Amino acid sequence: MQYLPNILFAIAFIVGIGYFTKNVKKLIRNIKLGRDVDVSNNKSERFKNMAMIAFGQTKMVRRPIAGILHLIVYVGFIVINIEVLEIVIDGLFGTHRIFSSIGKPYGVLIGIFEILAVLVFVSVILFWIRRNIIKLKRFWKAEMTSWPKNDGNFILYFEMILMTLFLVMNATDLHFQSMDSGNVISQFIAPWFSGLSEGTLHLIERSAWWLHILGILVFLNYLYFSKHLHIILAFPNTYYGKLTPKGQFNNLESVTKEVKMMMDPNVDPFAAPAEGTEAAMPEKFGASDVQDLSWVQLLNAYTCTECGRCTSECPANLTGKKLSPRKIMMDTRDRLEEVGKNMDTNNGEFKDDGKQLLDDYITREELWACTTCNACVEACPVSIDPLSIILEMRRYLVMEQSAAPAELNNMMTNIENNGAPWPYNQMDRLNWKNE
Amino acid sequence: MSETLKVPTMAECAAEGRQPEILFWVGSAGSYDDRAKKITRAFVKILNKANVDFAVLGTEESCTGDVAKRAGNEFLFQMQAITNIEILNAYGVKRIVTACPHSYNTLKNEYPQLGGNYQVQHHTQFIDELIKDGRLKVGQETTFKGKRITFHDPCYLGRANDVYEAPRELLRTLGVDLVEMKRNRKTALCCGAGGAQMFKEPEKGDKDINVLRTEDAMETQPNIIATGCPYCNTMMTDGVKAKEKEAEISVLDVAELIAKAQNL
Repeated sequence: MQYLPNILFAIAFIVGIGYFTKNVKKLIRNIKLGRDVDVSNNKSERFKNMAMIAFGQTKMVRRPIAGILHLIVYVGFIVINIEVLEIVIDGLFGTHRIFSSIGKPYGVLIGIFEILAVLVFVSVILFWIRRNIIKLKRFWKAEMTSWPKNDGNFILYFEMILMTLFLVMNATDLHFQSMDSGNVISQFIAPWFSGLSEGTLHLIERSAWWLHILGILVFLNYLYFSKHLHIILAFPNTYYGKLTPKGQFNNLESVTKEVKMMMDPNVDPFAAPAEGTEAAMPEKFGASDVQDLSWVQLLNAYTCTECGRCTSECPANLTGKKLSPRKIMMDTRDRLEEVGKNMDTNNGEFKDDGKQLLDDYITREELWACTTCNACVEACPVSIDPLSIILEMRRYLVMEQSAAPAELNNMMTNIENNGAPWPYNQMDRLNWKNE
Repeated sequence: MSETLKVPTMAECAAEGRQPEILFWVGSAGSYDDRAKKITRAFVKILNKANVDFAVLGTEESCTGDVAKRAGNEFLFQMQAITNIEILNAYGVKRIVTACPHSYNTLKNEYPQLGGNYQVQHHTQFIDELIKDGRLKVGQETTFKGKRITFHDPCYLGRANDVYEAPRELLRTLGVDLVEMKRNRKTALCCGAGGAQMFKEPEKGDKDINVLRTEDAMETQPNIIATGCPYCNTMMTDGVKAKEKEAEISVLDVAELIAKAQNL
């Protein structure tokens, strides 16, 4: 019986890690449903971006209040998690504060954790106030209802509870308090529990310890279903972020082939495919569903933390249009999850469900409202590119469906006929010289 | 109209067996739009004044395809691009200057993959260079000295290509009182014309983007809103009209300001 806690701990730990691993595999499978894209170049620049943007939070602090609060929670999260290592070892081997034997440095370490825990707690409260009392506009846009709205708050509650448990655990730990080293904060919490018997204190300490580690395991598994997944994916996402100038839109190789053939006078338009080669189906142009997007775009969708900085800078959204770059990312993730679940229930094969990203999630009205101004791309603190998805979907509408708005069709006809988007004669191009 | 401009074409240069220093890419707006043509002429006056050896493609120029690409028509874009590249390469063009950020972005960033490699500059960068090299002299005692001017960053010059300072340098050269809008440089608000919006009615909303941007500009209480893009110019001009402020605020391209300051 004396090993029961260790066994229970091991089971909880294995289940927690196991379920998380299972979902990570699903995540990777879903992301790989995207088209391949070569992002193997410029490794050093990519590492630099990851170090600066994800690790260094350089784009977060462009909005100083949210940026600094986020920085505290982020540093707190990383640093306090060192403690989890000790908790896991203690849990598995029945030890108590195994690292405390290193002496003074242990006190320093725990002292830092305690200070960070309080700072995180305060920051999270402020975040909650911004969301729920001040009601910052970007958290109350049309797409921020039901799950996305609750998700944002659940994360904050989780963090409040975890930090509280951590401090209570330290405050009620008589052995730790008697060391009188590192209890910089918990020594002030300890008196709240004075008068309780040693046995009760021990019970509270054990409960806090268990709830803390179980909470962490639950939170870990919550990530996959939450915007909080960004704490992991922000790193690969900033690594694979766009390196070319923001104004440069990708070149469609498949189109280049066809255009060159069209413009080559030596091509025989009636030529049969060469012997032995199968007439390949021409690649689909643009995207109508998630599988048509690149895997980096799908990674973008899972990385989005729904902060809404993109939407709050989008000229279309600011003037009341339906387009919201954040919604583009959320829709992409939701549809990708739907496709993933479809595959789960059909032995890993996707069965046509009569739905797609276009129209069922993202409407044409949203797509055509974009000015391609790159404000959303610039605003994103984790290098997400909503514009690239909008463009791919426009490409599908125009090149596969011929479904551009009538005015744009006129404009394109003008370019075809006169080499200008207006109906003027090409021979008049230099008339300005003499006007 | 007034004085004649010296505007040699690439064809004429080729016939004379010479290669001009730069090609001035006029762009469709600069060629046909009545307002934008004034910007084109202003820039040419500057080029003439600084004795820049330049040429235009004239009737051999065709739309870069920018607007087609952003509307989603990659076919049309690449047809335009490949046709233009054939002509540019046939003339051995190395350097291009354009007064349109959309042409600038497309020529600089999107033509290389299709075989067109040129050194491309926006006209504000080029004029800035002319002044720094001493080829164009602009004094501080200009008609614009002390005037409150705010610069609207074109998306395809600013965010798209990180060119923020060249146009501002030029405005400072004129001794103006340069005032910034609250949204400027990286966070500048679009005028509403990009991504093919110039050619269609906006989607349903509660305001037009150019009006919102004009309100941004009006907060700075400017005498002049300066731009560096023919589309932005149209949008901001319309925005000022919508606010019935055209008597107090004028919308001018940076090149026009430089040319006017020199009484060109």
